[in-house]
Formats: sequence, C-alpha cells, structure tokens
Amino acid sequence: MLLIHGLGANSIQYIEKRSGDAGLILLLACLACTPLRILTGSPLFTKFRRPLGLYAFAYAALHFLIFLGLDYGFVWNQILPLLIQKTYLWIGLITFLILLLLAVTSTRGWQKRLKKNWLRLHALVYITGFLVITHFAMSIKGNLLLLRGEVFWPFVSLVTLVILLAIRLKPVRALVSRLRR
Amino acid sequence: MEPNLRNEITPEKLYFSRRKFIALFGTVGLSAALAACGISSPLPSGTPNGPTATAEPDTLTPLDTITHYNNFYEFSLQKEDVADKAANMKTSPWTIEISGLVEHPQTIAVSDLMKTYASEERIYRLRCVEGWSMVIPWSGFPLNKLLTDIGVKDQAQYVKFTTPLDLTLFPGEGDPTFPWPYVEGLRLDEARNDLTILATGLYGKPLPNQDGAPIRMVVPWKYGFKSIKSISKIELVTDQPAAFWPTTNSYEYGFYSNVNPNVPHPRWSQATERRIGELARRPTLMFNGYADQVANLYAGMDLVKNF
Repeated sequence: MLLIHGLGANSIQYIEKRSGDAGLILLLACLACTPLRILTGSPLFTKFRRPLGLYAFAYAALHFLIFLGLDYGFVWNQILPLLIQKTYLWIGLITFLILLLLAVTSTRGWQKRLKKNWLRLHALVYITGFLVITHFAMSIKGNLLLLRGEVFWPFVSLVTLVILLAIRLKPVRALVSRLRR
Repeated sequence: MEPNLRNEITPEKLYFSRRKFIALFGTVGLSAALAACGISSPLPSGTPNGPTATAEPDTLTPLDTITHYNNFYEFSLQKEDVADKAANMKTSPWTIEISGLVEHPQTIAVSDLMKTYASEERIYRLRCVEGWSMVIPWSGFPLNKLLTDIGVKDQAQYVKFTTPLDLTLFPGEGDPTFPWPYVEGLRLDEARNDLTILATGLYGKPLPNQDGAPIRMVVPWKYGFKSIKSISKIELVTDQPAAFWPTTNSYEYGFYSNVNPNVPHPRWSQATERRIGELARRPTLMFNGYADQVANLYAGMDLVKNF
C-alpha cells in the first residue's frame, strides 16, 4: 500500500527518476570539487571528491536496481532485448559499469597498485559526465537537436558540466591564479 | 458484448462505494496477487467499453489518482503539480467554435452541448505513450452526433481540435520550447467511430480542471496525447492537422499514434505498460484492446510507417 499510495500515482517511476536525478547531481558535485579548489584555493573541496563520487555510484546502482527489479520485475526476457536495442538504455548501462569500476578502484589500495595508471583510469569520470547527461537527455519527451520539448534540465546539466571541465584547462587555471593574486 | 452503457448513469452513492471497494481491495488484492505469482484477481472490476483481449481484469483507477497524475503541460511539466496549478482555471463560460467545411458553422456553449446531447458513461482504458495506463469512467457523448448535426461537407477529410492559446488560462504556454497552442486531429472516419467521445465528466461529476475541463476528447485506442483537453475549436479541414507532439518531434510522435505493442517508440519499447496502481507490468494490447471496433479503419495500412 505504501509503495502505491505514498509517492503519488506512479511510485516506481517516481523513485526511478529521483534516484537518477540524485546520481546526476552528485556526479556533477563530485566533478565540481577540483574546479572549486582551483577557484578558491581551498583544499577542503578535494576531501569531498571521493565520497561524492561514491554516493553518485550508489544512487546510480539504486536507479539501475529499481529499473531492473521494480520497473521490469527482473523479467530478463523483456529486459535484455531492451538493454541491447535501446540506445538510451545501454548508454545508462555503460555509465553504470564505468561508475562501478571507478567505485571499486577508489581505495588507497588501488591507488598504490595502479600508481600512474590510476589517474588515467579515473579520467573516465569525465566521459561518465557526458554519458549520464546523454542518458538523461534521451529520457525526456522532445527534440534535443531542435531544442523543442523538455530540454531545459538536460541543457542546464550540459552547460554545468562544460563549465566545470573548462575550469580545469591550463589557460583557465592560469587566468584564475592571476586573478586571485 | 454490449459496447457501451448508454443511459446507465450510476448513482453517485454506488459509484463511490464501488470505487472505494475496488480501490481498497483492488489495489491490495491485485498487487498482492500479481506480486505473488501473476494470478489474475478474482475481484469485480469496472468493465471497460469494448472487449478486453486479456485474462487480466481492468480495475477502475481511483479518482484521487486520475486527478493527481496529469500530463497537462499548459500548467506544469510535473504530473503531480498540475492539480494545484489548475485549481483556479476559469472553465465557465466556455464555448467551442465550430468552423471549416461544415454546413452550420457556429459557436456553441458547452452548457448547450450538454443539454443537447445526453451524457453516457464510457469506461475506457487510457494508454500514455510514456508507458503507463489507467482505466477511467468518463461521461460524455459520441463526437459523431455533433458531426452529424453540424453537417460535414464532402470535401472534409480531417477534424482538427484546438485548445485556447491564452496565457491567463494556461501559464505553461509561456514555455517557448513547445509549439502552442495544443492541436490534435483525427481522420474523419476515426472521428465518426462510436468510441470517440467528447467528455464532460469523470466518475459522474464534471471534469476536474486538471483532467481537461470543461470538455475534452477521448480516443481510447490511441496514445493519450491524442485525447486533447479543454477544447475551444473544432474545424473540418482537408489537410492532416499539424498536431502538438508530432510538431515537437515528428520522428517519435505520429499523427495516427495507434496503441501498438509491435511498433516501438524510437527510445523505448511499447510492448508493456504500467497500469497505475499495479506492481507488475502488463502486456500492451493492440489498439489498446479495442481492435474489434477499430482495426477495420486501418485495413491494409502500414502501421509502422503510419505510426
């Protein structure tokens, strides 16, 4: 009863969407840590990078589990063809798998083991940002290329991501440190 | 099976007691049964007009659900917010302008329409293109009766319906990413089919604002976006109308939009749906289960091309 009446008419769709939203927001928050450190000079932000990334993964995992278990009731003969055929779904799957890989290798143990390659591996998080926004953009009703329909939030997420990544670029970093002096 | 329940307007007391019974036992019993092992519920259900092409019964969706889960972008993109935002919508007086290729063009008040055409109860499944569905007890009259009275000229091929373009009524129309006003259309034979109704009531009471007051169309064998709400214009035309969702994205939303589990949406499958209130998904039915009444309209037509 609670599941059906507690969260509105379509509770499953509601929590599926909200867990996805949370994952996206937390991932962007994680990706904002280094830019905020660049802008403010404060090392406080670097401390939050890993926990935010792990929370993003946790919500992505929850989102995926809701899709598999609640939305489609673990009916694999429906799920597997969908995951393969539908672009927006396999983009979601790839995003999740990358986040899983990053979560598993997020520990100091793995940093020691991989050394230089750890940074290379975790650079995958930038692709994840674009993938998750693409997955989100493909879930709305509208026309992304013509900017028709429910394009506002995917657009805002994309602009946010681009700004966050731009701040990391060498010329921008140099400009920021000049301005801060 | 008797396709419609003409002149069987259920007394309000019975409506709400039946609704409560179904809502209470239907939701718990049905979902428990389905969650357990997919056995269909033995409980009574609202019988939708038209044959149910599946063993799973259709249970009436509770009024509370129908009035708090609405795609009505004229008010909000959030389904749960529409009821509040539509609360103060001015739905009276309201007129429909009838024009185009008709013998008797006119502007008619909704109150007069309701006096002229007796209200019938029509219980229909409504299937949204997004993949959810409900079972809704509408009150209304067949569009065909109105079309007969206004005298459709021979050259007319389509009926075009329009919702008002009016920011004081519909603040959501300020969103520039959509091609306002909401327009929909039907081929003349689709409009004349007995299943196509103009609805003015829900559960025996006047249509709530968020459900398309004061008058809307219901075309149960097509995806829900074809069932245009708050109609102010009906025109008889020669050209296929440019409808709202096909204009927003013509690759994904078509003119015909017949419910068809074999024609996927480009980004998601249409083979299953979530009946609101149920735990497990259901298989989607061809023409939403109304194939007996409408399949002949599309004989020989390529339903993949004409989606």
